[in-house]
Parts: sequence; C-alpha cells; structure tokens
Amino acid sequence: MELRKPPPVRRLTGNERITTPIVTAPPVLPTPPETNGNGHHPPASFLGPPRRPAPTSIAIDRMQVENLSVSYGDKPAVKSVSLPIRQGEVLALIGPSGCGKTTLLRSLNRLTELTRGASFSGRITLDGVDLASMEATLLRRRVTMVFQQPNPFPMSVFDNVAYVLREQASRRPRKAAIRGAVNDALARAGLLDEVADNLDHPALRLSGGQQQRLCIARALAADPEVLLLDEPCSALDPVSTRLIEELIIKLREDVAVVIVTHNLQQAYRVADYVAFMYLGELVEYGSAQKMFGSPAQQRTRDYVGGAFG
Amino acid sequence: MSTAPTPTAGVRPRVRTGSSYRLTDRIGLGLAWFLGLLFCAIAAAIVIYFLIEGIRYLRPSLLVTNPAAAASESQTGGFLDPMLGTFIIAVMSMAIALPVGVALAVWLSEFGRPTALARVAESTIEMMAGEPAVVLALFGLALFELPALGFLSQTTNGVVLGQSFFAAAALLALVGLPMVVASVREGLQAIPSHVREASYALGKSKVATIRRVLLPTARPSVITGTMLGVGRVIGDTAIVLLLLGGTLTFQSANSVPVLGLLRGTGDTLTGYIYYNAPTGDGNQPDKAYAAAFVLMLMVLALNVGVDLVVSRSRKAVRWS
Repeated sequence: MELRKPPPVRRLTGNERITTPIVTAPPVLPTPPETNGNGHHPPASFLGPPRRPAPTSIAIDRMQVENLSVSYGDKPAVKSVSLPIRQGEVLALIGPSGCGKTTLLRSLNRLTELTRGASFSGRITLDGVDLASMEATLLRRRVTMVFQQPNPFPMSVFDNVAYVLREQASRRPRKAAIRGAVNDALARAGLLDEVADNLDHPALRLSGGQQQRLCIARALAADPEVLLLDEPCSALDPVSTRLIEELIIKLREDVAVVIVTHNLQQAYRVADYVAFMYLGELVEYGSAQKMFGSPAQQRTRDYVGGAFG
Repeated sequence: MSTAPTPTAGVRPRVRTGSSYRLTDRIGLGLAWFLGLLFCAIAAAIVIYFLIEGIRYLRPSLLVTNPAAAASESQTGGFLDPMLGTFIIAVMSMAIALPVGVALAVWLSEFGRPTALARVAESTIEMMAGEPAVVLALFGLALFELPALGFLSQTTNGVVLGQSFFAAAALLALVGLPMVVASVREGLQAIPSHVREASYALGKSKVATIRRVLLPTARPSVITGTMLGVGRVIGDTAIVLLLLGGTLTFQSANSVPVLGLLRGTGDTLTGYIYYNAPTGDGNQPDKAYAAAFVLMLMVLALNVGVDLVVSRSRKAVRWS
C-alpha cells in the first residue's frame, strides 16, 4: 500500500474576514438561593462553592486492605496498597485513568477474580475476616457495587430490586412478600416517590439518573455493609449527580461508602477521606480537609491543583 | 455549500459531489445500484408469480382434503396431510434444536472452556450449517435403519424401515440447530459485560445470572433463531423425501394414536410440491403452485416475524 501525501497545511491567505471579539465583563453566576421555601434545592449547575459534608459522629472500621497487589498477567495494576474503610465516612479514590483505583475497588468484592489472568497478593478483611476465606456470593451481598454505566436489568422496576431478594434456586417468594423490602430499598435510594405508581414499567424506560438510582436501590436491597461506587455519576447530568451525591452523604451512616471518581470537585463534595493513587501506588491517604488543603506529597499537590491528570 | 470564495483551489479539498467521483468509483456505484435493484426485482418476481398462480389455483377445499393418487386434477384431492406434516416436523425438530441450541450458545458465549473444545464445537456447528441436507439425510437413513433404533420407525418382515417423523425431525433438528446457536450466541454477546458483573456484584451465581438476566435479555434472539430455524426446516426437501417417506398421506405404524403416527411415514408441503411438480410423479402443477404459495406465505410470515422481533427489541433493550 502506498502512503498518501499528508494534507497540505492550511495557511491564511490574507483575505479572510476577521472578527474582533467583543470584550464583555466576565459572566456573573447567580448566587444560589439557600432553599426556596419548600425544601427544593437549586439545580447543581447553579452551585457556587461546593458544600462540604459535616463530619459524622461515628466512624467504625469495617474493612482493612493490607498490602494488596493486583496484576493482570505481568502488568501490575495495584502495588501494595494498605488502607482502612470505615462506616460513617465516605472514602473517595482519586487519580488519573489507569492508576488502579477501579481495580482496587473491584478487589473489595472480589470482582477482579472474574478477569482472566488476574493475580493477587496481600489480604483484605471485612470485620476481621479474610475475604478469600468467604464465599464470593455471600461476600458480594455484603459488599455490593454500582457501576459507571447505569445498567438496570431489562425487566420491571420492581423486578430489578426484587432480583436481589429472590433466592437463587429454591422457590421464589411471592411478590407481596417482598413488596415491603423493595419499597424500602427504593425509598433509601430516593427513588420511591418517582416510581411508586409505575413499579411495573420497564426499568430501561427510566431516565439515566433514575436508572442509576435504581441501581443504587438494587445494591441497597441486599442490605449491604459496604457500598462500592465506580464513577457513578460520570454518565449523568448535573442535577442527577447532585441527587446521587446527597444520597451518598445520607447513606454513609448505615453503610461504608467507597467511591471512585475522576471528578475532583465531586470528591471534595462527598468525601470524608480521600486516597490518591498514581500508577498503581497509593500516593497519599488522608482526610479530605488535608488532601485538598495541605497535601503532604508533591504529586498529590500537583494532581489536586490540576498540574496533571 | 457556502458562497464564500475559496482562497486557493489547491489548498482546500473541494466538497465532493456526485459528478466529481472518479470514473471507477462511478462504475462501482452504478453496479451496486444495478445489482441491488436486480435482486429486489428477482425476489419480487418470484413472489408475484406465485401470488398470481397461487391465487388462481388455491381453493379452500385443497386445505381440508387429503392427496390421492389419481390421473385427473379433480380427483387428486388437496394437501391437508402434507400441511399438517409441515407443522409436526417444524414443532418436533425445534423441540430438539431449541434446548440443545440454547444450551450450546450459552456454553460457547458464557463459558467457552476448555477453549480447544469450544473452538471445535464452533467449527462443527458452522460446518453443519453448510452441510448439504441430502448428505445428512443419507446418514440419517443409515442410522435409523439400525435394529436398535427400530422402535422409532416401522419394521416390516424384520427389516427396519428407518423412515418416520422421529427420524426426519431428528435430522432436521441438525439443520435448524446452527441458526438457533448463531442467533442466541449473538444475542448473548450483545449484552455488555458490566450487566453480567452487576448481577455478580449483587451476590448472584453465574447460573442465576444466566437464567434470570442473560437469557431473558436475549429472548428476542432466541425467538429470532427459532423462526430462522423453522424457516430452514420447513423448506427442506431432501430429508423429508428420504427419511419421512414422502408418502403423501400419513401412514401410521400401528393403531396407537399419536405414537403410531409419529413412527409412521408422511409428507410435508415441500415433498408434496416435489411430487406434483411438472417433472414429478404426480404431475399436477396446479396443486404444486397452490402448495408452493402456502409454503411461501409461511416463510414470509416467519421473516416478517423476525423483523418485528428484532426491531422491537432494539427499541426496548439498550444500555447507554
């Protein structure tokens, strides 16, 4: 095959019309009203400075990652990471693409072992019990996960949540028997009011944000102790993102929440603790205050400050 | 496009219009159009020809009377038994091909291990799809003439006939199987992996995921594969003639109600058309045209059904 000549560089010939930009004052963002009386929050696009969640009073150690290394084939993805995961606090994993944060997250419910060629060392414990000694299906009911893409199953809204509650092999419980639990999970995910009248509608007819909250409801229906979120808002609009972030802050009291995010503002808005990963290493782990205010490491400072990533 | 003058002709590539294509491109484009229209015209001609011929010769009485061997057109009857035979054959062969095909597709798509075995199974199925039906039929005859399989067909004077609905359906299942496997497999592979992982991440086993999430999601593909398989099965002639006997009417093996019929011989619409074609033994072209019209309507209905299922599922199931 013969190589084609590269396209000619486009040059100005001198007879283009030139428009001069009109200089205007920088746009003035409307200040967000605190609340407009009936409890509605302003849409996220009008947000001024990001809100920091107030710290919670309780924080219980639930999971402990000790010297975890994961590699795919001979390519290391996570290199000897240790950190605690606490209930009552939201832990955000931040870092550039390919830094191993999703692999770390997927190790927490042993999803990584489904990938062919993955190998591990180190250990992770849940309430002091090594994950490797637990049965994977039981573990994954205690540590559930929400994915980047909203992925409700192609069945009704009700069945999506009920799927978790129904036993795998034995006779399926009747609809009425699990209705309460399904409604409860939908309410915890803040979706019940929107879908109460059409629980039988196909879940894929919902909007993207509703689908993602349905996925959270599905994950909560198992009554987990740890909730893993893998960039849950990256496919969503600002309003849905806002709803889900509020949900995360509400949920942290009952479940330990770990969120992977690309979005530093989001980490700032929801996280109590932040772990910054880079090239598979845990560069720095600390409270959000410290990580965004005065990080100890130069690389963290650069990343948080926007020098790379 | 725009009225602004181009600075220099050589600098900017011109926007291509129809007449600015190269000569070879234009010839290719014309050829593509010509061939596309030609095939549309051929298909339309076949449909219209049989529509006209079929409507001319098709009478309601043909659908409810049985064929009979006679010389004159008024005495040879209709094609009730061959039509029923087509239905029986379609149902029986799909009753075999559907579960086996779905199971194979699930194994190939979701497990696929040991890899070497999966590779072999895959190419075997592909080979089977290209196998001439008459070769399969010959093999089937040799198989079902075995004394051990005599209970599936008739035995006269100690000789196993090897011709029955059971034998024909078993071999026709092999004709329909590749369609089912290909379609279901494609349907399963179209499901993004994060949907599977979402189910695992809720503590569900692989079996539960396949049964409750993947197969329901791939249901349109299962339906499509079944319809395509039925289309292949009811269109087959060689296996029907060799393994079903091509006896125009049902010849029960014994007086047991259903089993006797299925162990006996019969015919389908294709066999009937073969028999009544101008070159066939029956030589009743009018009847052949009418039967061909009915068969064509069945196949057309199946194809329209496939299109409907596919377009509806495309609208209903889509992850971003």
